[in-house]
Amino acid sequence: MREFDYARADSPRQAVSTHGRSEQAAYLAGGTTLLDLVKIDIMRPDQVVDINRLDLNQIETLNDGRTRIGALVTNTALARDDRIKNEYAVLSEALLSGATTQLRNKATTAGNVMQRVRCPYFRDGVSSCNKREPGSGCAAIKGHNRSVHAVLGTSEQCIATHPSDMCVAMAAIGATVTVEGPDGQRDIGFLDFHLLPGDTPEREHALKPGELITHVTLDAPLENSRSGYLKLRDRASYQFALASSAVIVTLEGDTITNARVALGGVGTKPWRALEAEKALKGQKIGEASFTHAAGIAFKGATPYAHNAFKIPLGQQAIVRNLTTLTAQEDRRTS
Amino acid sequence: MSDSIIGAGPKRIDGQRKVTGAAPYAADHHPDNMAYGYGVFSTIARGTVTGLDLDAARQSPGVIDIFHHDHFPELHRSPSSMAQGNKVEETRLPFEDNQVHYEGQFVALVVADTFENARAAARKVGVSYQRDDNAIANLDQGVKAHGTQKGQGNHERGDAAGNFDGAAHSIDVTYTTPVENHNPMEMHASVASWEGDRLTIFESSQGVVQQRGALSKIFGIPQEHIRVESPFIGSGFGSKLWMWPHAVAVSAAAREIGRPVQLVVPRQQMFTTTGHRPETRQRMRLATDERGRLVSLRHESINTTSFTDQYVETCGSVTKSLYSCPNLLVSHETTRVNRGTPTSMRAPGAAPGLFALESAIDEMALAAGVDPLEFRMNNYATRDESQDLDFSSNHIREATEKAAEKFGWQDRNPEVGSMRDGHEIIGYGMAACNWEAIKRECEARVSLRADGTAYVTCATQDIGTGTYTIIAQTVSELTGLPLEKITVRLGDTSYPKGPISGGSWTTATTLPAIAAATREAIKELKGYATGEKGDFAGVDSDSDSLTFENGQLTHDGQSVDYVDVLKGQKLASADGHAHTQGADDKYSYRSFGAHFVEVRWDPGISNLRVSRVVSAIDVGRVINSMTARNQVEGAIVMGLGMAHFEATEYDARNGRPVNNNYAEYVVPVHADQPPEVDVILLDYPDLAFNEFGARGIGEIGITGMAAAVANAVYHATGKRIRDLPIFKEKLMENVPEVQSA
Ligand SMILES: Cc1cc2nc3c(=O)[nH]c(=O)nc-3n(C[C@H](O)[C@H](O)[C@H](O)COP(=O)(O)OP(=O)(O)OC[C@H]3O[C@@H](n4cnc5c(N)ncnc54)[C@H](O)[C@@H]3O)c2cc1C
Ligand code: SF4
Repeated sequence: MREFDYARADSPRQAVSTHGRSEQAAYLAGGTTLLDLVKIDIMRPDQVVDINRLDLNQIETLNDGRTRIGALVTNTALARDDRIKNEYAVLSEALLSGATTQLRNKATTAGNVMQRVRCPYFRDGVSSCNKREPGSGCAAIKGHNRSVHAVLGTSEQCIATHPSDMCVAMAAIGATVTVEGPDGQRDIGFLDFHLLPGDTPEREHALKPGELITHVTLDAPLENSRSGYLKLRDRASYQFALASSAVIVTLEGDTITNARVALGGVGTKPWRALEAEKALKGQKIGEASFTHAAGIAFKGATPYAHNAFKIPLGQQAIVRNLTTLTAQEDRRTS
Repeated sequence: MSDSIIGAGPKRIDGQRKVTGAAPYAADHHPDNMAYGYGVFSTIARGTVTGLDLDAARQSPGVIDIFHHDHFPELHRSPSSMAQGNKVEETRLPFEDNQVHYEGQFVALVVADTFENARAAARKVGVSYQRDDNAIANLDQGVKAHGTQKGQGNHERGDAAGNFDGAAHSIDVTYTTPVENHNPMEMHASVASWEGDRLTIFESSQGVVQQRGALSKIFGIPQEHIRVESPFIGSGFGSKLWMWPHAVAVSAAAREIGRPVQLVVPRQQMFTTTGHRPETRQRMRLATDERGRLVSLRHESINTTSFTDQYVETCGSVTKSLYSCPNLLVSHETTRVNRGTPTSMRAPGAAPGLFALESAIDEMALAAGVDPLEFRMNNYATRDESQDLDFSSNHIREATEKAAEKFGWQDRNPEVGSMRDGHEIIGYGMAACNWEAIKRECEARVSLRADGTAYVTCATQDIGTGTYTIIAQTVSELTGLPLEKITVRLGDTSYPKGPISGGSWTTATTLPAIAAATREAIKELKGYATGEKGDFAGVDSDSDSLTFENGQLTHDGQSVDYVDVLKGQKLASADGHAHTQGADDKYSYRSFGAHFVEVRWDPGISNLRVSRVVSAIDVGRVINSMTARNQVEGAIVMGLGMAHFEATEYDARNGRPVNNNYAEYVVPVHADQPPEVDVILLDYPDLAFNEFGARGIGEIGITGMAAAVANAVYHATGKRIRDLPIFKEKLMENVPEVQSA
């Protein structure tokens, strides 16, 4: 562990000014990503700004029907919130499928959005890794790439998945990330927040240096929709998704009037499957239309030596999730 | 024996100290002025250290010294003999030279005033290497590059090859198992301090006596000058049986700097420098006659070993004697790879070996058109044909029948994929389990004290299995003292020599010694009672009419509490010491059992889970029903981890371990526990083995589990998985082909 300066901020303004525009400074929320990576010498901040005292702990319903979540709301608090459970079941389920109780008690909303990749070559500090050391190459592409590597949105430079479950639900729901920075406040659309690796895998998100996430605001829930999160992995708990799906649907009789599909564990960012959604709209519920849409979601997917199974697995995550949500006996409305 | 405490299920006597945090584990010891060590570990799997840049690290706060191959005291190797009591698995000493044989090998040790400073400085050490690009990353590469060498434990009888061709039914199949790591919760840790040329070391160890012997050889000092203490261990599963390089490094460092030094092995290096279960490849050739009787059985295995040492995983150890077969061949070979030295992991040999054997038996039964249960019943051996000995006690048929009945095997529709429940396809599978019963030499001391308590010492260890408790039960049984009045001290070389906690032999080895020492103490007590000043002066102390029961000495209707005997003569205690011997070779001593497993495969989401396990185990007499059951249940869960989760993955290009952490190396969690686990303990005392009739229970439960799961998976899916673990992609359809890199 290297030495760094530590400062505690009492207001967003103060946090931003302490942080400055430095690339070497880091905000500290729950610490479950940051401290882990500092301890293994992968993140090396020289200034840590502790934001835990900021008053960003509320979950509020706005007049326009949207729900505004403070950056420091913990994953546990968010998942257990009644409004979230009732109106955004997919988000509550996604959160509860992640990590463990202990971690969720510490992990925050902003920290979860900002969590880093789990790629072992990124974390070993030795292998070539364009994310850690731009231009050094990507050890994963021809290395071991079974569980935390993507088949969608990959590039020749990086194939690591974005590991979050929460973000997959948010991608499906639609959201806005509000940030405060040296140049003032601004909003970033959720789908624009995480960046594809492309040729710059070291750039993971749309924040400018020093910008602090203050809120994530969820779009108003789709009326009369039902939603759910399905996470597939090796063991039954405490593992990142091999493939997951967040699905929101509205029905009229047996016809799908609206659908939102997002994927986890398979993409280099929380993956919204817009084409699959289009394919579902107006279709009768049933295996044929679900399978068809799932196929579309994985069109153009690139398998690597050990993760090719994620292509059929991801499709299964979509089909089963839709099947369960649209089953007669389980027509939950949320 | 109905109200006997032997066989009852009292709670662990050390349980409260453990759950309240009062039990000190190795790294909880902080002698005065203690410094901290942190390793620098090789980042290549094969090559040479050509330079060390220590400037930045030396200037780092709190650094006391940095050890490496050019700055380390000259030590000696241990001959590594278990019989001599100095076995180590990795014989090469740390910093012996500048060669690198595996990634994660110690290349330097930084010692500083705090843990944080040591770690920070270790990160600043610059190491340059001459990388050898021919690192051998796995078994296939090893065999290709330099073939194999012969291992031990081989066996041949009859003519297996000659009776294979032309047999009515036969199979020729190959199984593989990956590297597994023990991953005990508690890290390996050492705290070493010297006083002159006397060394005290706290270690998380399954074998303090062997470690003392090895340190004595390595440092060239008398054993009496070394004290190894390991009162509590956060489990080991075999990885803590033998001392690893970190303990040598930290002991040397402590002597050099003249301060105690503590070192905790980081989790990453628990995957590299403290042993592992090696990778295996096992070819099975079996043949039967028309009626499904085995006529030929060959089990030929290769396992990976390191470039520094020869470790043989004796996969065929059980194959020699479980089934009756006149023509049989078991052979073990090894091949060298650039990994650390492997070591025993819970049920070494048998765990991977029975995956192959019990899967192959399932395949053989199918090929012969016989139900797998019936096939086993028809072929189980009635005596040990490999040693030409009777079994001391073998109830495998009863175990199999009992478990089958409880499980509901008769409801199994043999047709593949025929049993369904909603989205899920149900599969039933079974496998035998088996483990050798071993008993070793042991010493122990028991004092019956004038304050009404007993004090018991033995330099064995309780690795979490309940050894403290069963020893107290034994003393209680013989003295009538309640458990609360019995203090048991283990895990310290200043006590009489006890066995390593491994091989499932602790119970069978220690209890006879404890009992003998207790009897010696009672004898001494009787001597005092019948002596000149005694209550029974003049009575023959050996006479049957002088009895000791429930703390009372009785003769001729007159009773005296033993405390009064001692107090009356102003004596502190009556002491007994015993030295008992290992098992004889009159019989083949083994434990037996059978697992029945239900799996559920949901093809719509490619999810496999183990939903039900019924196991019946014959381990002789059960000493503590609670801890015994706990051992089997734990082994079952570990076995299902072996079956479908666990594998240490190495990058094939350079031998780098990839998933060397608790997040990516997948072990079962609570949510993976089968909803129903039913353990039947047959409880037939094996009195030919020892007076308690107990054979030990730590390992047998994991053997056969992976095969039972794989057999159930076949029944559900029609897919025969011969390569562990049973990852979902091996069962999925439509996985796109990818050109391998
Ligand atoms: C063993 C383990 C298992 C896990 N399993 C899962 C899982 O299954 N599913 C899953 O989704 N996640 C999982 N996680 C990840 C976990 O969800 C994240 O670590 C957590 O959400 C991060 O939140 P935090 O508050 O602790 O962030 P921190 O560690 O405090 O911060 C993370 C990053 O975000 C930055 N940051 C924090 N707050 C702000 C802000 N307000 N504005 C700008 N930047 C900010 C920090 O500087 C840092 O770079 C797991 C983590 C661990 C350690
Ligand atoms: S996949 Fe990305 S994070 Fe992993 S090694 Fe390649 S560049 Fe680095």
